[in-house]
This record gives sequence, structure tokens and C-alpha cells, in this order.
Amino acid sequence: MSQYTLSSKTRNTTFVLMGIGVLALAYGAMNHDVSGTRFWANILLEGLFFTFIAVGAAFFMALQYVAQAGWSVVIKRICEALSTFLPYGIATIFIVIIASVIGGHNDSADIVYKWMQKSITVPGSPAYDEMLVKRSPYLNVPFLLIRTIICAGLWIYMVRLLRKRSIESDLTSDFLPLHYKNIKTAGVFIVFFGITEQMMAWDWVMSIDYDWHSTLFGWYLFDDMWLTGVIATVLLTLHVRSKGLLKEVNQNHMHNLGLWMFSLSVLWGYLWFFQFMFYWYTNIPDEVVYFQARIDHYRWAFWVMFCINLLVPLIIMMTRDTKRNNKYLIGVGCLLLITHWMDAYIWVMPGTLGVTPSFGFYEIGVLLGFIGLFLNIVLTNLSRVPVLVKNHPYLEESIHHHL
Amino acid sequence: MSKVFVHALYDDDDKLRAGAIEVKALGYAIKEVFSPFPVHGLDKIIGLKRTRISICCFIYGVTGFSLALWMISYMLVYDWPIDIGGKPNYTIYHNLPSWIPILFESTVFCSAHGMALTFLLRCWLFPGVSPKNPDPRTTDDHFLMVTTAYNEEELSNLMKVANATGAVEVKKVIA
Repeated sequence: MSQYTLSSKTRNTTFVLMGIGVLALAYGAMNHDVSGTRFWANILLEGLFFTFIAVGAAFFMALQYVAQAGWSVVIKRICEALSTFLPYGIATIFIVIIASVIGGHNDSADIVYKWMQKSITVPGSPAYDEMLVKRSPYLNVPFLLIRTIICAGLWIYMVRLLRKRSIESDLTSDFLPLHYKNIKTAGVFIVFFGITEQMMAWDWVMSIDYDWHSTLFGWYLFDDMWLTGVIATVLLTLHVRSKGLLKEVNQNHMHNLGLWMFSLSVLWGYLWFFQFMFYWYTNIPDEVVYFQARIDHYRWAFWVMFCINLLVPLIIMMTRDTKRNNKYLIGVGCLLLITHWMDAYIWVMPGTLGVTPSFGFYEIGVLLGFIGLFLNIVLTNLSRVPVLVKNHPYLEESIHHHL
Repeated sequence: MSKVFVHALYDDDDKLRAGAIEVKALGYAIKEVFSPFPVHGLDKIIGLKRTRISICCFIYGVTGFSLALWMISYMLVYDWPIDIGGKPNYTIYHNLPSWIPILFESTVFCSAHGMALTFLLRCWLFPGVSPKNPDPRTTDDHFLMVTTAYNEEELSNLMKVANATGAVEVKKVIA
């Protein structure tokens, strides 16, 4: 049974990255240009980005259970390892929410979720927003906390349960009952996640621009989670294979993952464009402010992100040969992760920092820190269990997968 | 002896595949295989070339895109500009975002229908054509492999291979 070993060099690299992150946070907390909104907005950005990778990989794995897909068994452990970051990512988002709640309670405007400011719903105060009062039956602090705790808590519970049963089934010859239980849990998770992910998308991301709302936003983020999860699975699979493990994964499996990358990127472009086009077409002043802020002040990131995210996979990943070529998969995968991070930057920053985009040592440091944390947790959890499942009804089918 | 076709009828796709591999190993060409469903890997075994229908798809898609762009730009920019919601409407460039759904649909429409029609035409499948299928059982649960023999030796070889790989029925058919 082959097991991934986390080399001390890789581990030290992740610690160095985490150290840079801690330094950046300390710098940010002490520096007056950074502390306050920019400090928390960046933590939220990284929390969202890496949580979405983890939950996307978990969703992808649950989908394979429910679809009873045979081909994906050999990469199941990779998805499971990526999903172990979920509690840490959710905790990061939760810390930012709590910081905003405390800041809002003290009536500070220097917070990420501006709608939490206490005086914003008090008539006559300078921050008063009448639209927000009408939304307050849904968008209020206690209800948001309840939603976040229940939804995210159940996500973590179900995702951990799936992984726990999968590891247990390696140790027993009577693994079929565990597999059927996992199919049921995965089904419940998919339905529950499909509904609650929409609410979390509104709460965690869309409520940053609290005067704007879009019914497509939840779907758009859902696709973003799924896509970044699949890309991370591709990159981690190729990393594990480059260590001489997981020989069972061949170009046919990579072809399938490449198909997912291609189709989800096209779906992402579809959802993004239609959300944009509806607001562009109707041209209602209080709705176009969202895109106006981004096009006027974040123009470069906005258009580069859209063009690369849609056109690069559409053109490069369309043919059979590129999907079966690891170099293309790695190149396009890394590029898409960077541009999807830019996408996440554009969700968070215009609503928090307003018209002055900031990108400096603090942003890069926090990003590197979270990359280190993510890699450390994912690779450590990957090295604890064999990289290939031992007992699975479709294992043989997966090894002989041929496209 | 003139040209003779050998019809080998199998009741299992694995046996058919084994038979096809054996025939190719002896150096004979397989003229045609009739099967109720696509048999995985068979196209590689009998040496079919990769399909060119994806190239057709691209050409039809470009055609659909161009036709839609031509139609809608003629209607909404050159012939009769309509003011919709105060959008600038005197150039293609300004109108383009609102046309994307139409361009997309037309591209998909033309490529899908074009591919389906090309496929039917290439396979010579349309109303009034007499079936080429030599045995109706291949539309149910049997597989038929057709090979060509040009002399007695080839004929006996091919029939031997078919029988050895478990064909349920082997027939020679005069061309």
C-alpha cells in the first residue's frame, strides 16, 4: 500500500509561507494604512477562496458517490484530502464575521460587512440606509450567525463523515454497508449544499455590497467552487503522481478531469456573462452600481479575469490532446486558479475598500500565508492515509477506465 | 473464384472483439461490423479513422454565428435601428452584449442540426432507403462481422477464425 510522505522540505516550505502570512498580519495590524477594513477584507478573501476549493472538492466527491461513477475512485483520496481544509476555511470566514459584528456593535464603519454597522438602520443617523431596513428581516446579525453556524456546521459534519467512512472501509472486508451509507450521506449533502450554498453566497459574499442583489449570484459562486475544487484535484493528483505514487491514475482519468475543467469554465463564463448582461441591459441605477464600481475602479482585474477565465479554457482545453497532456493541465490549471483568485478579489474589495484598489505587501503576504496553511493541512492529511482506496466496489472499474 | 463475403454472427460483444482482433492479426481487412450498440474499443481494433464530424461541427458553428450576426446587424443597425432602453444602437460594437444569446443559440442550432444531417447523409439514412443491414438480429442482441475473401484459401482461413472465436453462425455470401 503506497502512502504519500510529506517531505521535510515541503513541510518547511509551507511553514515559511505561513510565517510570511503571520508577518503580513502583524504588519497589517500595526500599520494604519492597513488595519481596519483592508486587514479583515484580505483575510475574508483568502478564507472564501480556499473554503471554496475545499467545499468544491467535497461536492465533486459527493457527486461521484451519488452518480455511482466508476472512473473517479482512484482520485477519491485526493478530493478527500482537499476537503479537510473546510473547517479551517469556515473558521477564517467566521472570525471575519465576528470581527464585523463586534465592529458594527461599536458603530464603526471600518468593517467588512458594512450593513452590520449599528446606526445604519437608525432613521436620522448619517449612515441610515432605508433599503437595508426593508431587507433586515433576512439580513440581520443573529439570523446570519444562526444560518452560518447551522449550514457550515452541517457541511463540515457531512464532509468529515464521508471521509471517515471511506478510511474505515479500508480496514474492514465488510465495506459495502459503509459505501451505501456514504451514498446516502452524499445525496443528503448534495441537496443540502445546493440550497444552503445559495444562502451562504448571499451572506458571505453578496452582502458585502448590501444594496445590490442578484438571483444568479449563488449559481455563479457554486460553479466557482466546483471549478476551483476540480482544478485543485487535478494539480494535487499530478503532484502525487510526480512522486511515483498513484500509478493507477492514467491519462484517461486526467482526460475526464480536463473535461470537467473545460465544461465548468464554460458554465462559469455563461453565468458570469448573463449576470452582467441582465444588469447592463436593464440599466437600473441602483443595480448597475455594482458593475460600475468594478468597471470604473477595478477595470484591469475585471476584464482580464473574465477574458482569461472564459477564453483560455475554451480555446486551449477544447481538443482531446490538450486534456490528455499534463503540461497543458498544469499550465491552464495554475492560470485559472490565479484568475479565479482575481475574481474573488473583485467580489470582496470594491464593496469594502471602495474606489481605491490596494495591492501590496500585505495582500501578497496574506495570500502566501494561506497557501502555506492550505498546503500544510491538505498534504498532512493526505499523508496520513494510503493515496489509493483499498476497498471500493468500483475500484477495478476505475483502474481499467478507458476513454 | 470471385469475391466472397464471410458473415460471422456473434452473440457476445467480447467474442466479437476477440474475433476481430484475430482477423486483423492474420492480416485481413474487416469490411463492416453491425452491432446493436457501440462496442467499446472496436473502432480502434478494426482500424476506423478518427471521425471528422467535429471539423464539420466547427464549420457549421461558424456559419451559424456569421448568419446570425449578419441577420441581426442588418435588422437592428442598418435597416431599422430601434431604441431599446436608451442603449446606443448605431454600431455593432455597442449592441453586441445583447446579441450574445442570439449568436450563441444560432451557433448551437446550426452546428447541432448540421452535424445530425451530415451524419444521416454520410450513413445514407433517410426515408425510402432500403436497409443495408444483412441480418435483422443485429438490431437486437447479435453482432455481425463482414470480411472479404478473394480466394479459396482466404475463405477457409476466415471461416476457421470465425468458428474458432465462437461465432454462432458463419455464412459465405456471394458478392
